Amino acid sequence: MITVQNVTKIFQTKTGPVTAVDNVSLEIQEGEIFGVIGYSGAGKSTLIRMFNGLEKPTTGRINVFGKDLTKIKESELRKTRQEIGMIFQHFNLLWSRNVRENISFPLEVAKVPKEERKKRVDELIRLVGLEGKEENYPSQLSGGQKQRVGIARALANNPKLLLCDEATSALDPETTDSILDLLMEINQKLGLTIIMITHEMHVIRKICHRVAVMEDGKIVESGPVLEVFKSPKQPITKRFVRQVTEKEDTQEAINQLLEKYPSGKIVRLSFIGEAAEQPIISKLIKQSQATINIIQGNISQTRLGAYGNLYLHIKGKEEEICEAIRFLKGEQVEVEVIEHA
Amino acid sequence: MLNWLFPNVVWERAWEKTNETLYMTGVSLIFIFLIGLGLGLLLFLTSKGNLWENRLINTLIASVVNIFRSIPFVILIVLLLPFTKLIIGKIIGEEAALPALIIGTAPFYARMVEIGLREIDKGVIEAAKAMGAKTSTIIWKVLLPESMPAIISGLTVTAIALVGYTAIAGVIGAGGLGDYAYLDGFSRNKNDVTFFATISILMIVFIIQALGDYIVKKIDKR
Repeated sequence: MITVQNVTKIFQTKTGPVTAVDNVSLEIQEGEIFGVIGYSGAGKSTLIRMFNGLEKPTTGRINVFGKDLTKIKESELRKTRQEIGMIFQHFNLLWSRNVRENISFPLEVAKVPKEERKKRVDELIRLVGLEGKEENYPSQLSGGQKQRVGIARALANNPKLLLCDEATSALDPETTDSILDLLMEINQKLGLTIIMITHEMHVIRKICHRVAVMEDGKIVESGPVLEVFKSPKQPITKRFVRQVTEKEDTQEAINQLLEKYPSGKIVRLSFIGEAAEQPIISKLIKQSQATINIIQGNISQTRLGAYGNLYLHIKGKEEEICEAIRFLKGEQVEVEVIEHA
Repeated sequence: MLNWLFPNVVWERAWEKTNETLYMTGVSLIFIFLIGLGLGLLLFLTSKGNLWENRLINTLIASVVNIFRSIPFVILIVLLLPFTKLIIGKIIGEEAALPALIIGTAPFYARMVEIGLREIDKGVIEAAKAMGAKTSTIIWKVLLPESMPAIISGLTVTAIALVGYTAIAGVIGAGGLGDYAYLDGFSRNKNDVTFFATISILMIVFIIQALGDYIVKKIDKR
């Protein structure tokens, strides 16, 4: 229902033209949560602004709800924007309006009568859990509460699409989770399509169905979140996946172990979906003569299944170690023998 | 007590002169507010990266504003005499001071309005655009309310400068407390009259400042 075809955006700057978005094509399904991840400067902010026409592509086409945003008139674009909600990293609330008035703003823009506006605002305040804060001004709210106002405001005109521009990047981890839960709830309850850009893999893992990885204006990898977690292909994707599957000091600890036990081998097992629930280690210990030592492990839940990593240190005779690794490779796990990094 | 402090002050005349100053300040302030707000909005909207980005119009308005802001007020009054004669019909009296007061001060206020508008978070304007708001809606419901404290405090500063200008205008025939201090006081060697006019002007200034501060405090919810 939303298609992006060969979209390129070039900005003219003093130092010459800069290609912010480079020949990007995407297709987003109705009702899905689609994530775009990339570091700052990757062009994702520019990309998301094209879905509601805040940025016009230099070349290419963007089709939202059957309308080509690159071709329609300004007045029609404004009408279309009322069907697209947007939330922002810094919330962008009007400080001069209280919570109720902020949420009411898009309804005023859409010329909804006063009575109806009041009713709708009350519904939205309940939906985002801000009862009792109606008369507060943004300066009296916490970051999480501000983003709830932002979400309520974005949903006011019953949009079919919600754009999230780094919506959780200014929030602490706990608040991030509560906002993500709210977005997930809205997605399920209202069947709303959500496109979100972020630099946090945690956000993608927690609520997205599909993900696209962006680097230097290009989509370098995309697919269902679990697939991308299972077998990240590009180095940048691997880096993002490691954000959530590996603690920062893992590599250091492994290096130390490799030095300490030059005889043994360290392997990393990656479990996906079903395999994460199999008693593989238990079987391995029973079968193998080698000593198995668990160094570190973790498991993360994506929307479509679990994904986990386990680091083992296998000690013993050369052939016993080979035997153990052979056994593991026969199971439904991905095995990687770690060398000195 | 007052008669002992100010033996030469005739109270009816002092009151009349104070009223003339208040009249000149009040009437011109209304025009300055409207013209300054309009010009300030235009300066902001036509500047780079804004809703009506237009280099030509921006440069044009900016030049006019800068020129009128730079001409010393006494000279401006004299320069504007033919114009004043044309639209007011005379060159003496409080009404005759209005064109010079407005033209001399509105550009100054326009710049203050522009500065206030620049301080608005760009993200808020973007959010309004993302909702499908028209430019007129953005002006009335975002730009003006969000910059209201700056608009009011700018008006306070402008009003105080304006009181000073009415005194200058007074000396060359516009009436008001400036006229009172100079003609009735200084030139007739009645220092108490000059002193009284000074105190009256100071009181007007303090009241304007207090009023401005109070309103800004009331409306600023940041």
